[in-house]
Amino acid sequence: MITATVFQFFGDNTSLLLDQCVWTLKMFGAAFGIAVLIAVPLGVWLGHIHRGAFLAINISNVGRALPSLAVIAIGLTIFGLGFLNVMIALVILAVPVILTNAYVAVDGVDSDLTEAARGMGMTGLQTLWRVELPIALPLLFAGMRTAALYVVATTPLAALAGADGGLGDVIANQASYRFVGVVTASLLISLLAFAIDGLFALLQRSATPRSLRGRRGIEAKGSVLEAT
Amino acid sequence: MIGILAQGGSGPVIPDFGGGGAGNSCVRDNGFFCWNWFQQNWSDTFQPRLIEHIELTVVALAIGFVISFAAALFAYRYKWFDFPFTTFSAFLYTIPSLALFQVLVGITGLTLATALIPLVTYTLLILFRNTLIGLQEVPDEVREAARGMGLTRRQILWRVELPLALPAILAGLQIAAVTVVSLATVAAFVYDHGLGSPIFDAINRGTFKTELIGAGGLAILLGIASYAFFAVIQRVATPWARYRRA
Amino acid sequence: MTSLDTAHDEGPSARSGASGGTAAEIVFDSVTKRYAGQEQPAVDNLSLTIGAGEICMLVGPSGAGKTTALKLINRLIDFEEGDITIDGRGVRGENVTALRRGIGYVIQQTGLFPHMTIAANIATVPRLLRWDKQRIRARIDELLELVGLEPEYAKRYPAQLSGGQRQRVGLARALAADPPVMLMDEPFGALDPITRGRLQEEFLRLHARVSKTVVFVTHDIDEAIKMGDRVCVLRQGGRLAQYDPPDVLLARPVDEFVADFVGADRGLKRLSLRRVGDLHLLPAPSARAGEDGTAARARVAEVGYETLILVDDDGRPQGMIGRDSLNGPVNASDARSIGVFGRLDMPLRDALSVMLSQAGSHLVVVDDDGRLAGLVSADLISAELAGTDASARAFDADEVPT
Repeated sequence: MITATVFQFFGDNTSLLLDQCVWTLKMFGAAFGIAVLIAVPLGVWLGHIHRGAFLAINISNVGRALPSLAVIAIGLTIFGLGFLNVMIALVILAVPVILTNAYVAVDGVDSDLTEAARGMGMTGLQTLWRVELPIALPLLFAGMRTAALYVVATTPLAALAGADGGLGDVIANQASYRFVGVVTASLLISLLAFAIDGLFALLQRSATPRSLRGRRGIEAKGSVLEAT
Repeated sequence: MIGILAQGGSGPVIPDFGGGGAGNSCVRDNGFFCWNWFQQNWSDTFQPRLIEHIELTVVALAIGFVISFAAALFAYRYKWFDFPFTTFSAFLYTIPSLALFQVLVGITGLTLATALIPLVTYTLLILFRNTLIGLQEVPDEVREAARGMGLTRRQILWRVELPLALPAILAGLQIAAVTVVSLATVAAFVYDHGLGSPIFDAINRGTFKTELIGAGGLAILLGIASYAFFAVIQRVATPWARYRRA
Repeated sequence: MTSLDTAHDEGPSARSGASGGTAAEIVFDSVTKRYAGQEQPAVDNLSLTIGAGEICMLVGPSGAGKTTALKLINRLIDFEEGDITIDGRGVRGENVTALRRGIGYVIQQTGLFPHMTIAANIATVPRLLRWDKQRIRARIDELLELVGLEPEYAKRYPAQLSGGQRQRVGLARALAADPPVMLMDEPFGALDPITRGRLQEEFLRLHARVSKTVVFVTHDIDEAIKMGDRVCVLRQGGRLAQYDPPDVLLARPVDEFVADFVGADRGLKRLSLRRVGDLHLLPAPSARAGEDGTAARARVAEVGYETLILVDDDGRPQGMIGRDSLNGPVNASDARSIGVFGRLDMPLRDALSVMLSQAGSHLVVVDDDGRLAGLVSADLISAELAGTDASARAFDADEVPT
């Protein structure tokens, strides 16, 4: 029964919903892309020089403790209503998770391997590029996957902060779109999250050397980080 | 589009940015943070909202913990229960919070329950998994030694297994607490309660900066404080865990 | 207390009356344990009597059911066929938790509770038995001393201890309520060889003090021979192959399986069981400096040797002098170095090894004060092995060197 009405709502509002999906994806792409550009190089570099553990770990802990709506609210006072503010808030929320995973991934590469690489005459950058990064990649992607899900799930809050668009707009406006509209938009958000999660799962998998696949260690490491 | 927010009449005096009104030039110009105004409204806006927020968090966490703990103990004893409960709580976890609040308005109305139920559901997955995994990761030889020394099943659970699971349980509570603090601000969208209320008020009244920073800042401080609270508890309650080998 | 003082016929049970502690006889009566879905039983019709105060070593290849047999005693594994009695009382009739509280249990991974201090770990069973606080505290101090740990370890956590120290705590915890029976499942198996050897010896010394009936599982035949009053060899399928004191096991394995299991070097292993002091040492011709050389030469000739042992006024050997140099008064400057001395508490295996490395046929033996005690020869050693086959006896814990 509800399925039928959801389909009907979708049919009646296809172009609106697709527009909102596109807006949501844009928001996700912008925020996540910027977060990756900031956090990955920084985390990888800190991990490579094995410095800043305190910074990398604690930034993530504090970042985890930030209420997303509060970050958006404070951003409003600086950037005003709109896309930019929400995007910056999402960047702030995504950076810690990616940064910490990138740091842990590179920092945790077996020192026997990096020593062997140095012993064979590789420079620091060559060691990073040819040894540390390939090994760190699965865990690095695990962090990005977590962050991506978090960002997608948080985009609807944009509507509360006056950003004009996105599926959150539909969810927040039960008065206009009614119950079925809320459910449909929520389902679309979940679908987007599911698709993005699947994409990153694929990336994570293809980044794992075949010889290590099926071993639980690497993937488990990523989830341990989330659970603590 | 934010019309729904305009419920609840206990908000602070609406500042008039155009002039006059509060008779405070900082407020009139919507300055970045008007300390005066924040101080004047502390006792009738910010303090009660902060307390409400803490209450909401504690109640949601307590209910969530009781449910998850019981479920985890049950799943520890009867393994078949793990999968359905994990699946169920993971499903709830994936619903966007705003949507869950909105959907519940249609069922439980604009009440405390509408705010509380989603908050509780978001704690279930973390608390259940962490408690169960904490119990399952008790080393076999420790369990066997306990049995061999003549501890009863109940004694093993309460004296050995649960204390050993405590770091995992506390880590779960820590994440759950931070999550609830965060989502409780969103809950104000449907139930006028907690630090989310002044945030929505401020947005509604034309992004009144002082109120946004005051309430948002308090929410952030509360999030960090709840994180730190459990970090301290963990350190005090499990001194032995510091010496654990990697 | 040299080994010479311990009579050869002093059986293991003689120790059960030693000070401190109680011991109980354990009897396996036709015990069979079958796991559901397995054709072969894990323990097959096992009958065995372990005397009060004895150390019984359970050995055998993997799959021989030694750990299973051990866990049947404290019913960590339940069984239906046959019975096990401790001092005449069947374990299956007892309340299972009460039974276990009366049996010390030590395992390889120690199973120490990581969240409890060493003191709290040791206090586990006394607390279950509701001892009062003062008694528990006193017992903790006593046990730490007994297992050779400083009192300040009481407040530490297991993760702060080394493997050997953790195993000592495991032992103290098992001994806490002074149980008459101790079950030990490869307790030293995870330790490095040096720590293992030290703990083995300390355990034997401790056992001599507290006298428990010990059932000890190991896969290491050397450990079994070193530690056991009796060794129980199990074969695949949990059947008893041989149950005898170590020396009998080595001297007369009942079949090829046991012979293989104890190893082709079982003759050498028997040498480890005996000490130089167990032998009737050959008399050594000796003289002090300044004594009449001619008389000394006659004494050397009398026993058919080529050399004389030069001793000081207290009888400590200083060197050896060839028979031909003994003209006039015995002159210290004629003496050559003796090399390594044998000692009374030296295992025969080591004595033989010294002899081989010095390319000599005899070893000069000194007593605890360094005084000349006599000579050992390779012939003497092989005669000892041949002569005592019939009266093979158990290795005695009191003889462990300190």
